[in-house]
Amino acid sequence: MKILVVDDEPDVRLLFEQRFRREIRSGEFAFSFAYSGEEALTFLREHPSEVVLILSDINMPGMSGLELLRHVKQDPLPPPPPLVMMLTAYGDTETHAQAMQLGANDFLTKPVDFGTLKDKLHAITIL
Amino acid sequence: MGTPTAIGLMYWGRKALDIPTRLPQWDRWLTRLWRPAAVIVALGLLVGGPVFDWVDNLFAASVLCGGLAIGWQLRAYRPALWMTVALLPGTLLLIAELVASPFTKAMNTSTFDNIEGLVLCWAGALLLVARSQAKSLRAEAEARRAAEQEQLTLETQSQTLEYEVGLRTAALARQTDELRATLAELQATQDQLIQSEKMASLGELTAGIAHEIQNPLNFVNNFADVSVELVAELAEERARHTRDRTLEAELLADLKQNLHRIAQHGGRAAGIVRGMLEHSRASTGERQPTDVNALADEYLRLAYHGLRAKDKSFNATLQPALAPGLPLIEAVPGDLGRVLLNLFTNAFYAVQKRQQAGEPGYAPTVRVCTELAGQWVKITVGDNGVGIPAELQTRIFQPFFTTKPSGEGTGLGLSLAHDIVTKGHGGTLSVASAEGQGTEFVLLLPAGKP
Repeated sequence: MKILVVDDEPDVRLLFEQRFRREIRSGEFAFSFAYSGEEALTFLREHPSEVVLILSDINMPGMSGLELLRHVKQDPLPPPPPLVMMLTAYGDTETHAQAMQLGANDFLTKPVDFGTLKDKLHAITIL
Repeated sequence: MGTPTAIGLMYWGRKALDIPTRLPQWDRWLTRLWRPAAVIVALGLLVGGPVFDWVDNLFAASVLCGGLAIGWQLRAYRPALWMTVALLPGTLLLIAELVASPFTKAMNTSTFDNIEGLVLCWAGALLLVARSQAKSLRAEAEARRAAEQEQLTLETQSQTLEYEVGLRTAALARQTDELRATLAELQATQDQLIQSEKMASLGELTAGIAHEIQNPLNFVNNFADVSVELVAELAEERARHTRDRTLEAELLADLKQNLHRIAQHGGRAAGIVRGMLEHSRASTGERQPTDVNALADEYLRLAYHGLRAKDKSFNATLQPALAPGLPLIEAVPGDLGRVLLNLFTNAFYAVQKRQQAGEPGYAPTVRVCTELAGQWVKITVGDNGVGIPAELQTRIFQPFFTTKPSGEGTGLGLSLAHDIVTKGHGGTLSVASAEGQGTEFVLLLPAGKP
């Protein structure tokens, strides 16, 4: 399963690559990384229909995660549209509601519980 | 007739010489003279005759002698002397007549008349002189009295003035003390307000800071957790029968890297806390070599997160254009940071205001540029927000001036910033703005030698 991780912090890549080293080694997951909303959209356009899931931070300079979410859900991208999960430090109900309204498939607050995340990802692969 | 003349002269002389005042005892006798005079005049009218004439002349002569005596008594008074001299020949003549008359009935009347005439003229002339003298002496006395009176009035007035000046001085001294006390109070209040402004801006930072610290802390925790997993995996591998050396090496390398990352992110959090403490502390004013780029970057993010913590819907494009290799400048980092924070906060506020107006296609942008311009380090903070009207551009640096609604801003931010830049760092802070389009603040700081 191809997963695109969008976050402005470069160390997020290191973290994911280590946390999911077994899954990466076994080929279960393949991670790509974008460091801004714009970069993410460019990646999606350049790799159509590849990405199954997007894991995105909300709080980023430039295009926010919510805007990215809107683009992904509303722009005419080649199907199937990827699932989008928000990973964010802003855990308030307002942001949650906004994300859900824009079509987010899930909402996780930072600090991320990687155990829960792994379970959710596994659940998707089963689908 | 001698008596009435003599009495007339006497009363005139009495008034002219002011006898009642000068010789009160003599005056008592003089005022009684009219009685015998009246008797003699009555006798003269009833009886007459040469005996009466002689008595009449005798009385007149006595009166004149009395007058001479008075005149001599008052000889110090010039007019009195003149009068004495005036009457002397007349009196002598009269006495001569009295003595001679029983013996020489037929006197040389024409000679006698001439002598009488002369004596009269003499008396008349000298009496006039005496009178004018008396007048001028009185005038002098009057003038002297007036001068004395004036002197007295002046002295009284000057005393009154001195007293009033004393009162006035005391009142002024009291006022000065009161003013000094008020000034001290105002200074204290101003210091309090400035400190509360700092606290207010610190409060604004709190949400941003909390977010900023959260990030590195998350990494510290995450990398620590991952490292524990790696150690477990390493132990697992070592326990195996056939150990994969490459995998072990990889795991160890990753472990090392993780620990580096932990240290790095921990340091980041520590730096943010340090910056926050510096911000809240009353400035020591100590300059140190400062990296303007790092400061601008840190405070830009702090301001941005601070605003977003308050308003989730807010978003803006940040355009940092920080010139690489910018020399360190002598600055007080806490103070300079506060200046930058204020400029960034204002920029974000402006673009937020414009965004709320609902312009289609509006992309709120805040940019910060740093560059070396000759002897100066130039920091530009620009935004495409609502802008500042021309007539307000000079007022924005005034203390307590704000266009924000009540309770939202102290109005001290820019005035403090201006003071910090100009007085604290010897730099300049200027603004250029177009209403409805955007604003740009230019901060020039001396590059100098760190």
